[in-house]
Amino acid sequence: MSGVLHDDYVPKTRGEKWVERRLPILSLLYGTLMIRTPRNLNWMWIWGIVLMFALISQIATGVVLAMHYTPHVDMAFASVEHIMRDVNGGHMLRYVHANGASLMFVAVYAHIFRNLYYGSYKTPREITYIIGILMFVLMMGIAFMGYVLPWGQMSFHGTSVITGLFGAIPFVGESIQTWLLGAGAVGQPALNRFFSLHFLLPFVLLGLTFVHVWAFHTTGNNNPTGVEVRRSSVAEAKADTVPFWPYFILKDFYALALVMAVFFAIVGFMPNYLGHPDNYIPANPLATPAHIVPEWYFLPFYAILRAFTGDVWVVMAVDWITFGIVDAKFFGVLAMFGAIIVMALAPWLDTSMVRSGRYRPMFKWWFALLLIDFVVLGWVGAMPAEGIYPYIALLGATYWFAYFLVILPLLGVIEKPVAPPVSIAADFAAHYDPQTGGTKQFAGSPAE
Amino acid sequence: MLRTLALGAAIALSAPAAFAAGEGEITDYAFPHEGPFGSFDTLQVQRGLQVYTEVCASCHGLSFVAFRNLSQPGGPELPEDQMRAYAEQYEVFDETLADGEGDFRPATPADRFPQSSLANAPDLSLMAKARAGFHGPYGTGLSQLFNGMGGPEYITSLLAGYEEPPACAPEDFEGYYNVAFAAGGFPEECVDEEGHHTVPGSWIAMPPPLSDDQVEFADGSPATVEAMSHDVSAFLMWAAEPHLNARKQAGLTGVLFLAVLAVLLYLTNKRVWAPVKAGGRPIGKDQHGV
Repeated sequence: MSGVLHDDYVPKTRGEKWVERRLPILSLLYGTLMIRTPRNLNWMWIWGIVLMFALISQIATGVVLAMHYTPHVDMAFASVEHIMRDVNGGHMLRYVHANGASLMFVAVYAHIFRNLYYGSYKTPREITYIIGILMFVLMMGIAFMGYVLPWGQMSFHGTSVITGLFGAIPFVGESIQTWLLGAGAVGQPALNRFFSLHFLLPFVLLGLTFVHVWAFHTTGNNNPTGVEVRRSSVAEAKADTVPFWPYFILKDFYALALVMAVFFAIVGFMPNYLGHPDNYIPANPLATPAHIVPEWYFLPFYAILRAFTGDVWVVMAVDWITFGIVDAKFFGVLAMFGAIIVMALAPWLDTSMVRSGRYRPMFKWWFALLLIDFVVLGWVGAMPAEGIYPYIALLGATYWFAYFLVILPLLGVIEKPVAPPVSIAADFAAHYDPQTGGTKQFAGSPAE
Repeated sequence: MLRTLALGAAIALSAPAAFAAGEGEITDYAFPHEGPFGSFDTLQVQRGLQVYTEVCASCHGLSFVAFRNLSQPGGPELPEDQMRAYAEQYEVFDETLADGEGDFRPATPADRFPQSSLANAPDLSLMAKARAGFHGPYGTGLSQLFNGMGGPEYITSLLAGYEEPPACAPEDFEGYYNVAFAAGGFPEECVDEEGHHTVPGSWIAMPPPLSDDQVEFADGSPATVEAMSHDVSAFLMWAAEPHLNARKQAGLTGVLFLAVLAVLLYLTNKRVWAPVKAGGRPIGKDQHGV
């Protein structure tokens, strides 16, 4: 399975041989669990396991919640309250599920930015990366539809705003919007189909997870140096790697236990902190909340959506050139989806021959700025679109595009990278002094 | 700890006596249910139930709460006979009575509190959670996080927040001036040239519901407006989140369990990796001996 040189599974007992001859599932499990993994992976490589665990937890809690939930405009809100009050352990199920969405997004953003810093998206891992971006988009869709289900004020009016984005598409927009909602406005048909899709799509996400894992098990993991595992001999490959079990499973489980401790503190002590209080008011189409704010994990992209208002010269120019077909509203929608598309194109926009950001002195600073930009966009997305906030949003959105479209291609040409270590084994040995029995040696360590 | 917090960045940064539209004065009242170890004070929640029953219930409903909930652990915890007697004070409409015509009958423990009897009086079942949002400063929600500011603080501040209308307002301005309520009417006369409100709060449609000694508590607790507001807020927090005690306990158990698990995994992980980090060969079977 893996392109990295490794030991094949050899069935030993009669039982193993019996199964293996009929279905090679044992060798598949062996190959998956014992995959040779670069031994220098740092703590940013734990988020995949967190995501896997969170997805399974979301599916498990979600299936039970669906047993008690009623997707009807008159009963949805009350059925959620029934879960919170009468169902055994229902309040914990729901809070774990609602905050589980936040956990998944914390993990996915950490996962994505780890990828962007260490250049994991670069050849030969483009397909792993593209599938990952698809999963991210799917996750956003699932989270959005899940937020509709409690049928509170934010559910209802948030859905109206977001599905209204499709209405901004020229000519066919309104038809698409009606088709999506099953009606001219958000109501029973929308609630019912969002429930159906919110149940189905997580399983699609689970399926994509396997493809994602399959893809990087084929290429092997990237690692903080960005240097590939040596493949000239089994001995060299083994010097660069350790088997996934027990080394990384234990390490990942340790990290997972820490993440889950923080998660349970949030669920137990402040389960509504990340939510919006208005969603505890039943949906009322006649009363629109003063500020419609999406959940925190959409805010950076929501900020990009709102950044391009009609008074920005680029928007005016595009409006004029396209004879008003691309107006400010549609421009914002294009910008929001474009922000994800430019991210997906990173493997082809990044021209640097060096994979890891650790050895790219200029890239480091631009990347740090991108991180700050992402946080600023998230913050400004929660602010009302007045005063100085739209300018900050515009600046942030511009940098987001500039990073991918201008800075990544240019840096590869003008930057002088530092020489990466010759091998993963060399990096690992420099990080851990063999003499001191595995304690970290800070002086002169290339790892950070 | 009663500490008046000026909420929101606008108040903290701009000149005094200027309030952004939609700012109310919320006091950070202390509640026994706050913090990771907090739980409801049974007596306080019972007093709150009494205030709700004698004052609020005449207009406001509590339609998601069932009478049986009053006997559940972690709430008012009324003994069952008291809870049944309490339920019988309420009349509910039962469509199965009178040959399908429907008729009123006394409520049983399985019934829920009635809905609001006044059209513009909101149901109070979830009010303590629906009014928890002070997203300041700068939209970070940090005052909510660090000061435990939430719906009960808001409800107490609102009930105790009725004041004489400020001099700038016209005599006949509709509603009642309340320093905590931000979503009501506001007279033009109290807005300065920059659009800032010169007084906090706004004008609310609900007349002041409480007056001193309106309720006589069986346990002899003082019945000032502030004390009654405080108690009824605790009760409404329970009504909105009846399993709060159980949830915090589950959270604590989870955190402790995971903390122990994390320590064990840390030690195991360290032990397993030690030979690798010392430059040796990984443990485990190595079939080809390479």
